[in-house]
Amino acid sequence: MKQPPIIEVHNLTVLYGRKPALWNIDFDLPEKQVIGIMGPNGSGKSTLLKSIMGVVTPTSGFTKVYDQSLNNVRDRVSYVPQRQDIDWDFPASVWEIVAMGRYQKRGLFKKLTTEDQDIITDSLEKVNMLGYAKRQISQLSGGQQQRVFLARAIAQQGDLFLMDEPFAGVDIATEEMIISLLKDMKEAGKTLVIVHHDLHTAQSYFDHLVLLNTRLIASGPTEEVFTDQILTDTYGGKLTTISKISQELENKEFPIRHK
Amino acid sequence: MNDFYTILTASLVAINCALMGGFLMMRKMVMIGDAISHAVLPGIFVAYYISGSTASLPILAGAAFSGILATLMIEWFTKKARLQSDAAIGISYTLLFAIGIILISKWGQNADLDQQCVLYGEIEQISFWLQPIAFGIVLPKQTVILLAVAVLLIGAVIWGYKGLFITTFDPDFALSTGVAVTFWHYFLMSGVSLTTVVSFESVGAILVIAFLSGPPAIAYLLTEDFKKMLILACLVGILCSIGGYYTAKWLDVSVAGAISTFIGLVFMIVFIGTSVLKRKVDVIST
Repeated sequence: MKQPPIIEVHNLTVLYGRKPALWNIDFDLPEKQVIGIMGPNGSGKSTLLKSIMGVVTPTSGFTKVYDQSLNNVRDRVSYVPQRQDIDWDFPASVWEIVAMGRYQKRGLFKKLTTEDQDIITDSLEKVNMLGYAKRQISQLSGGQQQRVFLARAIAQQGDLFLMDEPFAGVDIATEEMIISLLKDMKEAGKTLVIVHHDLHTAQSYFDHLVLLNTRLIASGPTEEVFTDQILTDTYGGKLTTISKISQELENKEFPIRHK
Repeated sequence: MNDFYTILTASLVAINCALMGGFLMMRKMVMIGDAISHAVLPGIFVAYYISGSTASLPILAGAAFSGILATLMIEWFTKKARLQSDAAIGISYTLLFAIGIILISKWGQNADLDQQCVLYGEIEQISFWLQPIAFGIVLPKQTVILLAVAVLLIGAVIWGYKGLFITTFDPDFALSTGVAVTFWHYFLMSGVSLTTVVSFESVGAILVIAFLSGPPAIAYLLTEDFKKMLILACLVGILCSIGGYYTAKWLDVSVAGAISTFIGLVFMIVFIGTSVLKRKVDVIST
């Protein structure tokens, strides 16, 4: 018997006003893999993640997680929203933010137990941020902010992780840390679904890819779908523009540097 | 004793507004307090017209009704008509306030209601409404209502702190974990409506807005801990009430006006002070 898919998306359409963000998307995702969701800006990657997490209500179609409605399995799913959506000048400490990952299990009206505190400590340790627990979040760098968000998701102790652009605007040390963390999590049997925008790293990071451009272009094992034809279908003319620009930049390296 | 009653009343308004304003500020919707405090006018007039009296209870009910109407209108304009939230606030409350003005100017000539009172309040005359409470304690009627609301709000904020905190900081994440974000939104909005409705009668709409936005903004500059920020905002509000009241007595000007000005000045001083201090710290650390 084939394993049931961990996420099913059926005929999903999301309209913002009259403009479609996602149009008739239909795919299944396998368990215990690192899965990338890719596509150009405005192709509906975040909207797809938000629909699966119940943050955005679909105009039509539905999604299932573990073959059920999300409401029944919410405690098995951890979510990392996009870092840029949050006001990082909010007066709160790193510890308080990661503690939010425990609110669901403990309920909003009970005090966190010592077990919760151990889990929070452990989550901070996993992202090398334990030394920053008391730090105010306004004092963090972009990479540190991302680590805090990851720690919060780890503290949720899900089996399925949905992450919205965890690599956007982070330093190299953080990127490497996240990659090794993802490897550990995959080995521990977790499933990771990651919205990603960097084509250069896609092949090395992901086992499975979903390519989106408002419509679904392709979904399958990376070696099968990471082809020139599919990438051109996904990025259209934009891909050639981007590669032209990067070529141009490489040709005249650091053109604006003066003495 | 007049001094005491006025300062006590202003301080209670300050506490109520600081608690609600702290959350509103972090949600970038302080002006919703502005909207509600103006939008209550038609409700007040209708309640007055039907009941034929300026007794507190029907007036409060009328005010609460149009306050809720205003929040629903704003919600509807932003969600359904996809209007920017500040534009939605502007349209909703000017419309309701204007309807109130028309109603009063047409049928309220001989009424004991005037727009002046709604805007600036009558905190100086608060002790005209003294009444015995219990154990020989005598307090103005409105002060008692404000005290009850303060107790209610402090209880509500302590009870619902985590829910308010998580939905203010990261509503998407809260929603993803199954937190009822809409419930907490209306929970806060009810608190804001209640605060505005019971406060504006004694201190006027302008001072309500000053208390909703000023003390939380001052506290925000002084601390990076949200709980401390709420407590500090309450204290700042009380200090500004005292400072503003005696300034008003000294210069013989409007108390509500003096307190609002005092809040604004304290904000400027704290802002300049913290910027200078920050620069010094930066110089030392580099």
